[in-house]
Amino acid sequence: MSKRGIVLYLHVHQPFRVRQYSVFDTANKHDYFAEPNYDNDRNNERVLRKVADKSYRPMNSLLEKLLVQYPDFKVSLSITGTFLEQAEMWAPDVIESFRRMVATGRVEIVSETYYHSLAFFYSRQEFERQVEMHRTKIRELFGTETKVFRNTELAYNNELGKWAEGYGFKGILAEGWDPILEWRSPNTVYRPAGTENISLLLKNYHLSDDLAFRFSNKSWTEWPLTADKYNSWVNASAGDQPLVNLFMDYETFGEHQWADTGIFDFFDAFVGDWLKDDSNTFYTVSEAIEAIPPVGELSMPNTVTWADTERDLTAWLGNSMQQEALRHLYALEHDVMRTDDLELIADWRKLQTSDHVYYMCTKWFTDGDVHAYFSPYESPYDAFLFYINAVRDIRWRLHHYHGTGSLNG
Amino acid sequence: MSKALAMQGASIDFVVPYRAEHPQIDFMTIHSATELTPLERYGLGAYDSKAVIDAKLSDADINDLKDMRGVQKRYVKFVENLVTVSVPDAIHAHDWLTMEAGIRAKELTNAPLIVHVHATEFDRSGSEMGNPLVHEIEQQGLMMADRIIAVSNITKSIIMQKYGISEDKIEVVHNAIDVTDFNDGYQYDLRTYAYLEALKDEGYTIVSTITRFTVQKGLTHFMKAAARASEKYDKFAFLLAGSGEQRDELIALAAELGIADKVFFTGFVRGKQWRDAYSVVMSSVSEPFGLTALEAAHHDNALIITKQSGVGEVLKSIFRYDFWDIERLADQMVGIAASPALQQSLKQNVHQEYDRISWHDVATKCLNIYNSTLAGATL
Repeated sequence: MSKRGIVLYLHVHQPFRVRQYSVFDTANKHDYFAEPNYDNDRNNERVLRKVADKSYRPMNSLLEKLLVQYPDFKVSLSITGTFLEQAEMWAPDVIESFRRMVATGRVEIVSETYYHSLAFFYSRQEFERQVEMHRTKIRELFGTETKVFRNTELAYNNELGKWAEGYGFKGILAEGWDPILEWRSPNTVYRPAGTENISLLLKNYHLSDDLAFRFSNKSWTEWPLTADKYNSWVNASAGDQPLVNLFMDYETFGEHQWADTGIFDFFDAFVGDWLKDDSNTFYTVSEAIEAIPPVGELSMPNTVTWADTERDLTAWLGNSMQQEALRHLYALEHDVMRTDDLELIADWRKLQTSDHVYYMCTKWFTDGDVHAYFSPYESPYDAFLFYINAVRDIRWRLHHYHGTGSLNG
Repeated sequence: MSKALAMQGASIDFVVPYRAEHPQIDFMTIHSATELTPLERYGLGAYDSKAVIDAKLSDADINDLKDMRGVQKRYVKFVENLVTVSVPDAIHAHDWLTMEAGIRAKELTNAPLIVHVHATEFDRSGSEMGNPLVHEIEQQGLMMADRIIAVSNITKSIIMQKYGISEDKIEVVHNAIDVTDFNDGYQYDLRTYAYLEALKDEGYTIVSTITRFTVQKGLTHFMKAAARASEKYDKFAFLLAGSGEQRDELIALAAELGIADKVFFTGFVRGKQWRDAYSVVMSSVSEPFGLTALEAAHHDNALIITKQSGVGEVLKSIFRYDFWDIERLADQMVGIAASPALQQSLKQNVHQEYDRISWHDVATKCLNIYNSTLAGATL
């Protein structure tokens, strides 16, 4: 019998935010992502430097310390291409520390779309190109091959499970959502419906969200959360199951939960507490899949994500602005690709990052607080307006290139 | 608001400065301080302080009811008598017109004075001081008040900055609307609208603004933005409903900017014609609240409202801009015109939003203020 293991998986991402790009910039300037005011929250350099100081540097130090201190400590990371490009420009030391971590052999990089896009739902071809771009980038920077896939926003359905198997992945990640699991536990390994050679790992959202969303919430009845208390919850949840999958944004540590909430000390202490018990360990995603055979098949015909109370795509594609924005963007695919203009193609792809449509979300009255927190725009309507002006500019550039095509829409 | 207050158990003596029958109002006692008709009251120019004669109340002729100061003096006298007969627990005075009476009632009864600020002289004049006499009355009323209710955060900050009142005395209570008030016998003006209807059929987007044409409404910025937006999008028509001293200037400006054929001046109309617009702009330089925006939302319009308008604090499903930011306003106009999804989202979402704002909530907040002021008062 193998040990009970925590699969700690952290998602590292920053989008290229669109500046206040007006209709008067369309067809004149193509600098959608270059907010001139450094103090603005849409200034990508400022945000990256800020989050590097608050989150990436202190958390990487802690992770490196834990890797030295505990031979059983393991982490899995997904790091988007848009993050890596920005870190290469403005915080190269952060990439260096990720490289040191990967070099220990106990830190695994998870595959995903380079641009953190929802391309799977719009263009299979473009989706695969972005997965390949990401694999190449990870190979170049870290010298490793990715084996387990996660889709943007953990958006998963049976079709994606089958695709991942066909593409050669050993595993795939998804949300452990109660209506799907029913009586079953998220603390083990499943097989995606209709597949034979791929495993499915499910996020334990109760325990993950205790850290990601509730840790510093003073009106939460369990506040303050101590390492001791949390360790007892994780042990209780694991019970006689083999795994506890803690999946969350990397920026939980230091950015969503600030250092002064005690999140770093908490996590340091918790890892120690968990490993005090000899029957406990950590697994990377691949190790978990190697160690534990699937207990059964799990079917998710409809797309499930890790967001909001609905766990669907409505935060990204729920309103007509979001649908129109992506419909217009993906309609340009063929004309964009045939330009062979790398800069134009990259601009088009940066606009595919899911954060852009997330900023257009209007689910104010239930999930509004979370959305408001993450948006650098005054309103979802502003987010849409600047974005659609940029899409029109891409269209204008294509018109210029090919001398054909319509400027409508 | 009075109705909502009464429904929550408040007993109200409501003093109006004119003679009036209010057969539908049975939730409070209405007192008439003078025998003026409501029509005569409007002639006094209560909302146009330039018409106010510079007179101390002691110099005013209490028998001269053609003069605002005379009416106010009569009003004070009436309130003095009333509070000796019916001693209030709290005094609620609105704006400069009744502040002096409020102060007097407080002197006589020791009851706490709550001053409700719907607009200051600063807002009305669009300049630093406005009428010095009105400013002075406001200053005195705000200083004597035990608590101040401001209709927006914008008004609150004006009270703090222009009148030097400390923050902890001021509560913000936003206004609401009662949609049943909108059935106001509107007449559809076919002569003006037949043309706009035809433009709509040709796919034009109508952008309208409904207001008094005065400097504080920021309409020259609106007009410049209209011209700028027209450079990027052909099918715009701009409807300016209202009247005021700037009308001729605005007509000239539209011609100068080369958009005279796109701009329609319709005179003052209310209500239903907004149903026929697509987007309504509130371009005010300083607007304490701006109830007309809620009315426009009721009539299915996408709203663009300056950050200097209080109503923007209670609505999320709108575009906002700084009143001087012509480029931003033009961008927002084009966005609404060129994107059906954006236009529909703004219309539908604001329609869901505005009627959640109820007078009931406003009354609850006011009652809380009365009660907390009474509890904390050192009498």
